[in-house]
Amino acid sequence: MKLMTWQEIPIGGLILEAGNAKKFLTGDWRSQRPILDEEKCINCLTCFMVCPDGSIVLKDGKMSGFNYDYCKGCGICAYECPVKCITMKPEEDFR
Amino acid sequence: MTTATVKKIRRAFTGNEAGAEAMRQINPDVAAVFPITPQTELMHAFASFVANGKVKTELVMVESEHSAMSATVGASAAGARAMTATSANGLALMWEIVYIAASSRLPIVMPIINRALSGPINIHCDHSDMMGCRDSGWIQMFSENSQEEYDNLIQAIRIAEHPDVLLPVMVGQDGFIISHSLESVEVFDDEEVRDFIGEYHPKNPLLDTDHPYTFGPLDLQDYYMEHKRQQHQGMQNARQVILDTGKEFGEKFGHHYSNFEEFHLEDAEIGMIALGSTAGTAKVAVENLREQGKKVGLLKLRVFRPFPFKELVEAVKHLKGLIVLDRSDSFGAMGGPVFLDVSASLNNLTKKPVTRNLIYGLGGRDMKVQDLEKIFGMMEKTVKTGKGAGSSQYYGARGDD
Repeated sequence: MKLMTWQEIPIGGLILEAGNAKKFLTGDWRSQRPILDEEKCINCLTCFMVCPDGSIVLKDGKMSGFNYDYCKGCGICAYECPVKCITMKPEEDFR
Repeated sequence: MTTATVKKIRRAFTGNEAGAEAMRQINPDVAAVFPITPQTELMHAFASFVANGKVKTELVMVESEHSAMSATVGASAAGARAMTATSANGLALMWEIVYIAASSRLPIVMPIINRALSGPINIHCDHSDMMGCRDSGWIQMFSENSQEEYDNLIQAIRIAEHPDVLLPVMVGQDGFIISHSLESVEVFDDEEVRDFIGEYHPKNPLLDTDHPYTFGPLDLQDYYMEHKRQQHQGMQNARQVILDTGKEFGEKFGHHYSNFEEFHLEDAEIGMIALGSTAGTAKVAVENLREQGKKVGLLKLRVFRPFPFKELVEAVKHLKGLIVLDRSDSFGAMGGPVFLDVSASLNNLTKKPVTRNLIYGLGGRDMKVQDLEKIFGMMEKTVKTGKGAGSSQYYGARGDD
């Protein structure tokens, strides 16, 4: 993203556009990536309820993976999962 | 001096009442109030205007000055013309929000009734309160008397809300010396004042529900510095806006204002820089010494931020000696805050006046005409002998003589 100059941005830190936090991909911050074992998953949706960033993706009401654009890799889903079907793996393994 | 077109009446006002009268005419949408000596009387007088229906202001009674400044910031962001007032420790308690008001570019106007900061606790005048936040990004003006307090507040609204500026303004007046002394004040016609300040049309108010905006978001390494650069520019732009506003005010109301006032300075050999009520006392000292044939003069600094360094150098560069008076200390620095800025301003002159700094009047200690005459004499000796040149000393503290 091209950064703007001081003459181009609104003054005082004002943000003129509503809902543009969506453009800020906080998944960049992640150092651990959650990986789902679909065979073990019982679709209890505990992960969906505890995810602080709303990054659990549901399909037809069932757990289907993670939105890595916004998942910061906090690991709460893996910790809370009753059947331990989510494992946290170092991000560098995927580069 | 005054123009014939604007209706005006003479009133006997304390400095605080003059401030309240200006606020009545400004008729701010919101005022947050919290009492502190010696400011209390100002908001007390203004609160009775609210109670009697003389203004349409929403008066918010808060539980501290931190809340007063927070409420003012919130109201200003919402799009209101918002004001508050305070003194000394009240300003100190506002501290973090004082910076947020300036960096959020909110055109708040705040009378400050200058009072010594604790401790030891003291309720009387010095400038340590406003000088403590001289780097906060607020425009800072000091008033010599009640008339200037009134005039400065009216101009402050125009300066703060100018689209090239959009910065808050604090207008100082000396606690008790001005705030509680009765003086004759020329009050202009309500409609003329309201015509001068105009209506406030904020560009991006929070209450514009069709266009939701975010104020005060997190600002990290990628943009914080650009926002500071904008703020810097706003303060630079204020220089011209202050001059233009002072000129227009003069044309309309007959009281002419610039960054500072020169009093017998043009042909003077020894000059003095002072702000606030001391400048008024110094004028008497200058007149007395002029009668004795002494070539002395005064520069009364009205605008301290932005510091008018270019104009100031032009006004004082011909002097042999320049004595700078500071009503606050900057502990551990080369001198008081005014002296530091004056010294820095003179830095690039090849031939500069001999300077000297005196820190005086802390906690309301009196500064009399005789004191100021004596100080001019001290400076005359310094010019002749070089003794004391460049120094910063306390004036009037027992034990130094």
